[in-house]
Amino acid sequence: MNGYVHSVESFGTVDGPGLRFIVFVQGCGLRCAYCHNPDSWKMKEGKLTEVSEIISELVKYKEFFDASGGGITVSGGEPLLQMEFVTELFKACKKHGIHTNIDTSGDLKFNTPKRQQQLKELLAVTDMLMLDIKMFDAKKHKELTGKDNAHILEFGRLVSEAGIPMWIRRVLVPGLTDDEKDLENTAAYIKTLKTVEKIEVLPYHTMGEYKWKQLGYDYPLTGKVPPSDELVKYAEEILGKAI
Amino acid sequence: MEAWQGFKGTDWQEKIDVRDFINQNITVYEGDDSFLAGPTEATTKLWEQVMELTKAEREAGGVLDLDTKIVSTITSHEPGYLNKDLEKIVGFQTDKPFKRALQPFGGIRMAEKAAQSYGYHVDDEVSHIFTEYRKTHNQGVFDAYTPEMRAARKSGVITGLPDAYGRGRIIGDYRRVALYGVDRLMAEKLKDHNNTSRIMDEENIRLREEISEQYRALNELKQMAAKHGFDISKPATTAQEAIQWLYFGYLAAIKEQNGAAMSLGRTSTFLDIYIERDLQNGIITEEQAQEMMDHFVMKLRLVKFSRTPDYNELFSGDPTWVTESIAGMSTSGFPLVTKNSFRVLHTLDNLGPAPEPNLTVLWSTQLPQGFKEYCAKMSIKTSAIQYENDDIMRPIYGDDYAIACCVSPMKVGKQLQFFGARANLAKALLYAINGGKDEKSKVQVGPHWAPITDEVLDYNKVMERYDEVMEWLADLYVNTLNIIHYMHDKYSYERIEMALHDTDAERVSATGIAGLSVVADSLSAIKYAKVKPVRDEFGIAVDFEVEGDFPKYGNNDDRVDQIAVDVMSAFMTKIRKHKPYRAKLQTQSILTITSNVVYGKKTGTTPCGRKEGEPFAPGANPMHGRDSHGAIASMSSVAKLPFESAQDGISNTFSLVPKSLGRTDEERNKNLVAIMDAYVAKKGHHLNINVFNRDTLLDAMEHPEKYPQLTIRVSGYAVNFIKLTRAQQLDVINRTMHEKM
Repeated sequence: MNGYVHSVESFGTVDGPGLRFIVFVQGCGLRCAYCHNPDSWKMKEGKLTEVSEIISELVKYKEFFDASGGGITVSGGEPLLQMEFVTELFKACKKHGIHTNIDTSGDLKFNTPKRQQQLKELLAVTDMLMLDIKMFDAKKHKELTGKDNAHILEFGRLVSEAGIPMWIRRVLVPGLTDDEKDLENTAAYIKTLKTVEKIEVLPYHTMGEYKWKQLGYDYPLTGKVPPSDELVKYAEEILGKAI
Repeated sequence: MEAWQGFKGTDWQEKIDVRDFINQNITVYEGDDSFLAGPTEATTKLWEQVMELTKAEREAGGVLDLDTKIVSTITSHEPGYLNKDLEKIVGFQTDKPFKRALQPFGGIRMAEKAAQSYGYHVDDEVSHIFTEYRKTHNQGVFDAYTPEMRAARKSGVITGLPDAYGRGRIIGDYRRVALYGVDRLMAEKLKDHNNTSRIMDEENIRLREEISEQYRALNELKQMAAKHGFDISKPATTAQEAIQWLYFGYLAAIKEQNGAAMSLGRTSTFLDIYIERDLQNGIITEEQAQEMMDHFVMKLRLVKFSRTPDYNELFSGDPTWVTESIAGMSTSGFPLVTKNSFRVLHTLDNLGPAPEPNLTVLWSTQLPQGFKEYCAKMSIKTSAIQYENDDIMRPIYGDDYAIACCVSPMKVGKQLQFFGARANLAKALLYAINGGKDEKSKVQVGPHWAPITDEVLDYNKVMERYDEVMEWLADLYVNTLNIIHYMHDKYSYERIEMALHDTDAERVSATGIAGLSVVADSLSAIKYAKVKPVRDEFGIAVDFEVEGDFPKYGNNDDRVDQIAVDVMSAFMTKIRKHKPYRAKLQTQSILTITSNVVYGKKTGTTPCGRKEGEPFAPGANPMHGRDSHGAIASMSSVAKLPFESAQDGISNTFSLVPKSLGRTDEERNKNLVAIMDAYVAKKGHHLNINVFNRDTLLDAMEHPEKYPQLTIRVSGYAVNFIKLTRAQQLDVINRTMHEKM
């Protein structure tokens, strides 16, 4: 089994608990204005990678996962677009006793029995999931990402129903995603989910800007600055009320 | 006996056995750092004075004062003080703090050169005596060296040899002074003297003379203490006395010897037993306990030697390696962590960070979590701590070993090391290619092997020749060391340090390797890419054209990591074919200290793409910038080097930027603990942890006055960053700083 992979980072400390091996899969259906990995949008540009290749690299670091409570995080791109690959990868991880985590925007509709079955199989080998709620308001979500978000909010409910522990994340861009009402509504939504353990506010940064230029795209957020510590704290307080 | 009131156990009372005393009386502490006390007014005041003197010393060009007349012995100087009324622990090497001693027994010319380089002149009469009447270690060595040894030394294929400085790396068991008092130790030595063989062969005569010297040195130790107003003939009765007695033992050693590394041993948990007893009896408070440790550590920070520019180039930043080994587990399974393990690390807060004493945590995955997290916290804050794997050392060295210098374990008072610097295996590889001719001087240093003349280097052919070169080098190297240690014993015997060892202590002959990562990458290039030597008019390969890519050591890639493993194991095997002077065990280290810069300077371009003169990576580190797969891949490569082939230590120096460890302080502490646990579980031996941003170092280069206490770990020791030479500062800055795990 293989999948399109953008890159592998042998270790990260900010994408889930402990020290984590991060696989960035290629391909994403959203076009977020603040995206810092626009080079991961087009699936076919990725490198076809076998599950076994990743596993043979991964097992070398078992001691680091065990000592830190870490494991693997599949990020992207959008992992849900390559669900079968991720499922096979996670099955292999479970064989080696490695903790699995998906970092997703939830951008896939689970409206067919086939999809639902695939999700069931994926979640059966998923220890936790990190879901981005980029905006609550559907219209604003569309402006920001190119799509509305009803299916994303529905995905969150499915994961919650399945009993999978979740972290909710929100990228904070001043003047764009820091609207008080939207944060309140997001918090209210999070409250309806049963398995949320942590909420993370990720301050927007400009480190992705050069990639847009390299790829010949216009960067939509030119001139936007990262949020102040106070603003981050403010957002954390509002969202934090949900758990 | 009053001194031992409340102490448990009898074995240690009947014979000299500090380990048994610790095991019987330790109060293990499994809590966190919340009990610690801040500095007292006296501590702050004394430290301010020290910082002022430090500034004056820096402004004076590195040395504030230097004795040029009185040859340093245990009793040579009157007591010196910072402020007698405030100091809880007293004693300096000379009659004044910051005044360096005159120590000519290693070599009068070195003492003269060192003095000269700081604008001092050794008294003519002293020079005369040590030239005309009293031979020194250095002269003895050169009397016996062969032309081949001199050539190898000059070319730098064997380098850093302790033939022009004291060998160090011998740790007296200074705890014995506190626990038993000097009279008891003298009585034991007398007994040993009476019990030597009745056959007067060379070995036995030497032993009898040495025990007599030890006995005499112990007597001098008592006199030195008496000058300070202390009678140390009997055991210490309080914590303050225990620290003071122990320090006097150590002070005697540094008055007598200017060894490259004058390490302290494993003292903090031992001292905790005395502190705990005084705390229980209401004699002292936590503030007072901390104050004593602060003042003790202050003394250890002020150990100073007068050294030559050559020495400083090898071991930059005025290091003394007052290595203190902390924590570890007992062989019966409980942690040797006490409150005093915390207190000694807490001095980094109370006095601010500093490179000395060389705080070394013996890490086990089984250490209490509270202690682990405290270590991580202090490492992130100060970059002043190093870590060594207790789980792989304990089975070999037991639970009362200590680290000498950077990474050298030895059973305290029962083993000592004959330090042997290192062989430059990168240069040796060039000798294999160039038929024993030096690539820089063009001189025939090794035997006349046929040079390899192929257009493209063939891996098997190179390996075959390299094996022969290593065989020759191991032979020459061990013989050279034998001369050095013979002469050191003869002309610069470590009297007091040996007096604080068992008479039948075991000697370990240590060798070392420099340039391991250069060799691994070069052989990998030859094996996996196409390497064409570019030869000069003498037919010597002075450059290499490399076509294609090759795996590089430091990326957790077995194809090249295994080459490093094979080379170091092969060299150890060859070393062990030889007979070392007075030693049974032979070990090696993968450690360069800061000499990686000098060794690089002396070595031509290597097949891995490293250019002539460029520094090697320090110790067992991957080459700068080539470990491109992140911090954990890099340390996983180093962890593959087998400790059984380098029981003298495998040094890995590591720099991380703070944010790579996580977002919050709590996450960073936890992740650093996890990294240590995993590295130890993977059987990695040593880790120097630095946590800082490159910008800080760049700013410190420009504005040293703003960073008087900025401390960084280099290779097996820590330095004051601003005391490094500019070349070494740049080397540190150019090293891989892992932005990501």
